[in-house]
Amino acid sequence: MGRTASLSERIAVHGVLVLAVAFALYPVLWVVATALSGSLTPEPRALPLPQAPTLEHLDAVVLSERQLSDGTSIWLFGRQLLNSLVVSTATAVTGVVIAIPTAYALARFSFLGKAAGVRALLATQMFPAVASAIPLYLILDALGLLNSRTGLVLCYASTSVPFAIFQLRAAFEAIPVDLEEAAMVDGATRFQAFRKVVLPVARPAIAVTALFAFMSAYNEFILAATLLDDETMFTLPVMLQRFIGEYDAQWDKFAAGALVVSLPVMGLFYLVQRHLVAGLASGGVKG
Amino acid sequence: MVCASHVSSVALLVLVSPARLLSLLLGSFVLLLGAVAEAAEPIRLWHAYRGAEEEALVRVLASFDQAPVEPLAIPYDAFGSKLAAAIPLGEGPDLYIDMHERLGDYRRRKIVAPVGDALQPGVFDEVALRAVLLDGEAYAVPLSRKSVALYVNTALVSEVPPTLEGIMALAPTLPPGVFAYAYEAKKAYSHAPLLHAFGGRLLADDDSFGFVGPEAEASLRLAVQMVERGVVPANADGGLVTNLFKSGQAALAASGPWLAADLDDVVPYRVQPLPVLEATGEPLRPFLSVEAVMLSPHGAPRPEVRALARHLAGAPAAAIRQTRARTLTARTDVPIPPDDPLLAAFAQQAQVAIPMPTSPAMRSTFEPADRAIAKVLRGQAEPADALVEAQHRFDDVRRPPPPPASPWPVLLGLGVLSLWGALVLVQRARQPQLRERLRRSLPAYRYVAHAVLAVGVLVILPLAVGAATSLFAGPAGEVEYVGVANFVEILSARGGPLLATGSFYLVLLVTLLWTVVNVAFHLGLGLGLGLVLSRPLLRLRAVYRVLLIIPWAVPSYVTALAWKGMFDQQYGAITGIILALNDAFGLTLEPIAWFSSFSTAFTANAATNIWLGFPFMMVVTIGALTAVPRDVLEAAEVDGATRWQRLTRVVLPMIRPTMMPSITLGAIWTFNMFNVVFLVSGGDPDGSTDILVSEAYRWAFTREAQYGYAAAYAVLIFLLLMFTTRLLERTRGRWDRSGRGGGDD
Repeated sequence: MGRTASLSERIAVHGVLVLAVAFALYPVLWVVATALSGSLTPEPRALPLPQAPTLEHLDAVVLSERQLSDGTSIWLFGRQLLNSLVVSTATAVTGVVIAIPTAYALARFSFLGKAAGVRALLATQMFPAVASAIPLYLILDALGLLNSRTGLVLCYASTSVPFAIFQLRAAFEAIPVDLEEAAMVDGATRFQAFRKVVLPVARPAIAVTALFAFMSAYNEFILAATLLDDETMFTLPVMLQRFIGEYDAQWDKFAAGALVVSLPVMGLFYLVQRHLVAGLASGGVKG
Repeated sequence: MVCASHVSSVALLVLVSPARLLSLLLGSFVLLLGAVAEAAEPIRLWHAYRGAEEEALVRVLASFDQAPVEPLAIPYDAFGSKLAAAIPLGEGPDLYIDMHERLGDYRRRKIVAPVGDALQPGVFDEVALRAVLLDGEAYAVPLSRKSVALYVNTALVSEVPPTLEGIMALAPTLPPGVFAYAYEAKKAYSHAPLLHAFGGRLLADDDSFGFVGPEAEASLRLAVQMVERGVVPANADGGLVTNLFKSGQAALAASGPWLAADLDDVVPYRVQPLPVLEATGEPLRPFLSVEAVMLSPHGAPRPEVRALARHLAGAPAAAIRQTRARTLTARTDVPIPPDDPLLAAFAQQAQVAIPMPTSPAMRSTFEPADRAIAKVLRGQAEPADALVEAQHRFDDVRRPPPPPASPWPVLLGLGVLSLWGALVLVQRARQPQLRERLRRSLPAYRYVAHAVLAVGVLVILPLAVGAATSLFAGPAGEVEYVGVANFVEILSARGGPLLATGSFYLVLLVTLLWTVVNVAFHLGLGLGLGLVLSRPLLRLRAVYRVLLIIPWAVPSYVTALAWKGMFDQQYGAITGIILALNDAFGLTLEPIAWFSSFSTAFTANAATNIWLGFPFMMVVTIGALTAVPRDVLEAAEVDGATRWQRLTRVVLPMIRPTMMPSITLGAIWTFNMFNVVFLVSGGDPDGSTDILVSEAYRWAFTREAQYGYAAAYAVLIFLLLMFTTRLLERTRGRWDRSGRGGGDD
C-alpha cells in the first residue's frame, strides 16, 4: 500500500472511476438539460444538451416571493431553504445524540432486554408505514406538536434513530475495548473514557451517520406537508412538490428546483468526506 | 383565547334558534361575541392552486373583509392525506377547494359537510350544480368547470375536419414525424371521450364496472387503429402531449386549460370542442370536473366561513378567475370575456362534457381500465378479453368486505396472554439472580432510555396502531372489525389461482428477485468503488467522491422520472443511444419497448434502483474502511500476501461486521422500495412488476382506501422479513452479536 502505483494501474483506476461517474451523471444531466431548456422537442437524443437554453426556470424557482398578511413580502425560497437546513441539521444532531449512548450501551454493556431491544429496532425497519400516518398525526396532536418544526424534527430523528444505532454500534464494536480500559486505568470515569477516547475515534462513523439522518429529513415532503400548516414553515421539497399538479406537471421547474435543492447536500458531503480518512485509527491500535 | 372564542361561537349557534323571544338581547350578544370571534379566529382555507390560479385567489381574498383568511397552498400529492388526517381531529381548514368527484369519498369519511346557505340559488350552471349534489343535498359550492378540449396547431391545420375519422384521414397529409392527434392513449381518463361517443361509460349507474360490452370494445378497436396508423402516439403521457404540441409535432391535441398556460406564443393555436365520431354521430364527450369550495364539518357552522364560500363563488370572483387565470366559471350570470376565444371554446366543450361520477367506486375503475387499454394497445390481448379481465379486477377490488367478526376471541386471548406474562414476570422477579442482573443493567438503561422513549412513541406506536388496522375492513369511515379475514383473503389469493397476476405468491416471487438483484448490484458497485476511492494517494479523490454521490443527493422523485423518460421507446435517451450506435457503426439495432414485457420492465426498474442505491453502499464502505488500521494492511503486505488475498482474507473480514447492519437494512429497504416501482414501470406490463409493498400502497391509496387490507399486507411483509432474518441469523451466526462487545441477553 505504501508504494506508488504503476502508471497502467493508475490509468485503469481512473478509467473505472470515470466510467462510474458517467453512469452516475448521465441521468442527472438529463435533469439539468430539462431545467435549462426553453422548449424540449421530443426526439430520441443520446446527448443531454439543453435546447433553447434559458435560466427562466431557475429564476422562477429561486426568486419566488410571498406576500404576507401584514403586507410585507418575504423571499419564500430563501425562507424554505433555511427551514430545510434547520430542520435537517436539527434532525441529524438529535438523531445522532439519541443514538450514540444507546449504540454505545449495546456495544459495551450486557443488560436485560438487550436482544429484544435490538430485534425491535430492526423490526421498525421492516414494517411498511402504509397505515401509520394517521396514528402518527394523532400522537403528535396529543403531544401538542402539530404544526411545529420541533414535532417534525422529532419524527424525522426518531425514524432515523434505528439505522443510526446499528451503524454506530458496529463502529463502536470495531474500536478495541483496550483503549477505554487503558483510560480508566489511568483514572478516567467510564463517561470520560467514552467522551475523550471512543467518540474521537468514531468520528468518521458519526459523520456518515449524521449525513444519512440529514439526507432522509432533507428530501422528505409528505410528512412535512401533512404536519405543518404554515407555508413559511414548509421545507423545500414541499415547495418542489407543488410543481406537480393533478393534471399537469411543470417538469422544467421541478427539475430546476431539484438541482438547486441538491446543491447544499453535495456541499455538505464534500465537507463530511474529509473526515473519511482510511486508517484513521492506526495510531492507537496495535493488533 | 382562540379556543375560548371558538367555543363561544359554537355555543351561540346552539342558543340562537330556540331563543327567538330574546332576539333583541341575544342579537347584541351575537354581535359582540361575533366581533371577538372574528378578531381572534381567522378562517383557514386550503387549496392546491399554483401560478395564475393562486394569484387570482389571492386577489379574490383581498376583497373579503368579514374575517381574516389564512390561505395555505399544499402540494396536490399531499392534499388528500392531509385533509383525511386533520379534519377528523377538528384541526385543518374551515374550507378547501377540490374537485367535485371526491365528494362521495369525502362524505363517507365525514370530512365534508353540506354547504347550507353558502350556495346561492339560481346562479349556477345546471350541470355543475348537479355535480355537487349528493342525494339531493349540496356538499360544495361550484367555482369552475374543467375538461379537456381540442387544441389545434393552426400552422399545420387550417381546416379541422369535423369528425374523428376525418382527422385520421388527415394523418398522411402531414409532414413526417408529425402526429395528427395527440392524447394520452393509454389512460382511461383520456380514452373516456371516445368511449362516451360510442355510448359506453367507465362506471355504470349501479356502481358496477361499465367499461365492457360492444361499445367499449369498439372504442378500443378504434384506438388501436389510430395508434397503428400513426395518427396517435402510442406511449404519450401528459408531459409528452404538451411537448409534442409545443414543438409542432402534433397537429391536434386533447388537453385541458392547463396546456394553454404552458404554450405562451411558441406555436400558433386555437381551441375548439373535440370532434364528432362519424360512426355514431355523437360528439366525443370528455369528463367534466367541477372545481368547488367544500366546507369541513367544523367550518360549516361558522357564518363567516359560509360567507367566504359565497364570496369565493360570487360573480366578481368568477370574473377575476376568468380574466386572470382563464378558468371557466360555473355561474350562468358571468359572461365570458369577448376577447377570450379559449374560454368560449371550453364553455362550448363543457356543454357536452359528462360530469365525473361522485361515487367512490369511480376511483376503482381507473387502474383496471388503464391496464386493459395498455394491454390492448400493446397488441397483447383482444379488447373483449382485456375488458373482461379488467371487470374481474374491478369486482375484486370492490368485493364486499368480510363479515364483521366478534372481537371477543382476540380480546380474550390478549387478556390471557397478558395475565400469563404478568404471572411469569412476578415469578421471575422473585428470583434473586434476576434482581441482581436487573440491578446491574440499570446503568445501561440510563444510556438507552431516551432512544426507547423516542422510537417507542414516534415509531413503534404508530406502526403498532397501523398493524392493528389489519384486523379491520370496509371503506374508510365505515370500518368494522373482521378478525383475520384480511389475511385469509390475501393468503388464499382471494379465491383465485395461487399464481395469478397480482396474487400474493407471484408478487412475493417478484419481490424476492427484485431484492436479490438490487442488493447484489448495490453491494458489488458500492464495495468496488468504495475500495478504489479509499486507495491511498488517489488523485482527485474528493472530486470523484462528490460526483459519485450525486444519484443520492438529487431528490429521487425527479431522477426516477428522468430514468422513466430515458426508457421511452420512441423518444428516450436509450433509443437515442441505440440510433447513434446504428449511425456510427452501420448497425440495425431496434429500439426496445421497455415496458411491454416483464423482463425489460423489471430491468428498467432495477437499473433505476441500482443507480439510486449504490452511493449509499459506497459511502458505508468508505466509512467502514476508515476503521481498518493501515499497519494491518502493511503487515499483510510484508508477509507476501497478494492483493486479492489481502482483500478477501484481511480487508473484507475486517469490514464485514461494520458493513453487516447496512447490508441487512439495505436488503430490507429494497424489499420495501415502492416508489421506484411506482414511478418507473408503474407495475407495467399489467401489474407484473409490482412488488409486495407497491401492492399494499395500491390498496391504501388507489383502491378506495382499504387501509385494513393494506395493513394486512404490511403485517405479512413484516412477518416475512422477521422470519427470514431470524433464519439467516441462525445459519450464519447471529449478526446482532457479530461484534466482540458484551453478550446479549
